[in-house]
Amino acid sequence: MLCGVISVAFVLFISVYLIIAGVPAIQKIGILKFLFGPVWNNSNEQYGILAFILTSIYGTAGAVLLGVPIGIFTAVYLAKKAPPKIYKTVHIAVGVLAGIPSVVYGLIGMIIIVPAIQKAFNLSSGANLLSAILVLTVMILPYIINVSVTALKAVPPEYEEASLALGATKTETFFYVSLKAAKSGVVTSVMQGVGRAVGEAMAVIMVAGNVANMPGLLKSVRFLTTAIVSEMSYAPYGSLQRQALFSIGLVLFLFIMLINGFLYCFVRREKE
Amino acid sequence: MQNLKSNPSFITIGENAKMINTAQKEGLKKENVLSLAKSSKTIEAKNLCLWYKNFNALKNININIGEKQVVALIGPSGCGKSTFLRTLNRMNDTVEGCKITGEVLFEGKNIYSSSVSAPEIRAKIGMVFQKANPFPMSIYDNIAYGPRIQGIHSKQVLNELVETSLKSAALWDETKDRLKKSALGLSGGQQQRLCIARALAIKPQVLLMDEATSALDPISTGKIEELILQLKKDYTIVTVTHNMQQAARISDKTAFFLLGELIEYNDTDIIFSNPENAKTKDYITGRFG
Repeated sequence: MLCGVISVAFVLFISVYLIIAGVPAIQKIGILKFLFGPVWNNSNEQYGILAFILTSIYGTAGAVLLGVPIGIFTAVYLAKKAPPKIYKTVHIAVGVLAGIPSVVYGLIGMIIIVPAIQKAFNLSSGANLLSAILVLTVMILPYIINVSVTALKAVPPEYEEASLALGATKTETFFYVSLKAAKSGVVTSVMQGVGRAVGEAMAVIMVAGNVANMPGLLKSVRFLTTAIVSEMSYAPYGSLQRQALFSIGLVLFLFIMLINGFLYCFVRREKE
Repeated sequence: MQNLKSNPSFITIGENAKMINTAQKEGLKKENVLSLAKSSKTIEAKNLCLWYKNFNALKNININIGEKQVVALIGPSGCGKSTFLRTLNRMNDTVEGCKITGEVLFEGKNIYSSSVSAPEIRAKIGMVFQKANPFPMSIYDNIAYGPRIQGIHSKQVLNELVETSLKSAALWDETKDRLKKSALGLSGGQQQRLCIARALAIKPQVLLMDEATSALDPISTGKIEELILQLKKDYTIVTVTHNMQQAARISDKTAFFLLGELIEYNDTDIIFSNPENAKTKDYITGRFG
């Protein structure tokens, strides 16, 4: 009970604090100029975050586009087809993958993915949106796999039996019946993955190039998260720049709230 | 009457065995009798044995199941009747450590031969389970599931299939206004009839029922029994039941299983009035089991 009250209190406190800290800059800059301004330039005091927003959306969408099919196929294989030995091994591996600190993902991305992409596309630098998407994909996979496997394992075997008895193959059964029956768990897992991808800063800052460009797959880019991280340490107290960084935090917070809201509505609709 | 009996076309389909007997008695050519017997066989188990790991669950089962007959499998729990039922559409393939020897001939072809795939057999031999297990989808999608798997996607064909299947399962009037609603909102008895309709939608030739009424109230059970008597005009039905009255009411032939063996298989009225084997008699008179 007490823990519940405390956690709710924290959420409320964070919301209130972010609003107090984030609103002044938005008021000074103007909400449209802030959200849809294409240029972020300190020396001109231009603080438009459209590039960051789009980068965050594109980066997350890319990671989801790659990660969801891989994750779901892996989950179906693990939950339904894999021999116990392989299941155990992969299950442990996925657990480890989920526990690796994001800075380590960033390091590995820097040493392996960035140079590989530089070579593959013949670029001057491989630190770009594509590298970030690849790193994010690997980072969200364990979330998608773990939760989906649990949901798939919980599907009543009667459903699968019924499908097999109707002449469906095992593969058809897993995709048309099991996955459908496990839908709410799978969607939850994907949304968790989205949440992680949107909020990730450390790994991304190391592989994305961190330049405030409009997003392009092979351009160096800056995410909402990395925009805060990279400038916070040298933004003077009380400056508009510092306030604008808090506003970015507010936008990020709203993004996460939106995802959770969607998830809540979806789960409730499924229950009905 | 004598004249009628000697003419096979006047004999109801469920009485093939009697018919052969009669034919033999009346001195028809043996060849004719054999061909008659062959055409009447839809499923035949030959020396069928089944092991779950080291447990011998079925011991040398030999049985003929004629076309458009209702055959009831009875016996105490654990006697192998459900296991036997599940060998008829290869549902035991999904059980780990299950080994089968012998043959199950369906239309003269061994369903366990390597040239036959389990899904193709299951599309011809439908199954209804003890616990109603509709998919968590709409009523319509439940029925359309099997046909869609078979590659039927035409909306018109599916609509017709859904309607005829639900009508054959005597569920159309109750569901026609809520086809798009979740099947899980139906009552237990309706769900079981939905499962029957779902099995009928792929147009099987045989329907296997594994204690399909044991979880239902007497009224729903009565509806499904009526349904079985209707369906036997078009389908061969093999049903496992613990309810002896039910076996007596609905089946043409009854097979009594005990400890993995087929003890006796005969016309239902004979099994229940004058069984040959003492064990059968003990069981049907309620002395054990």
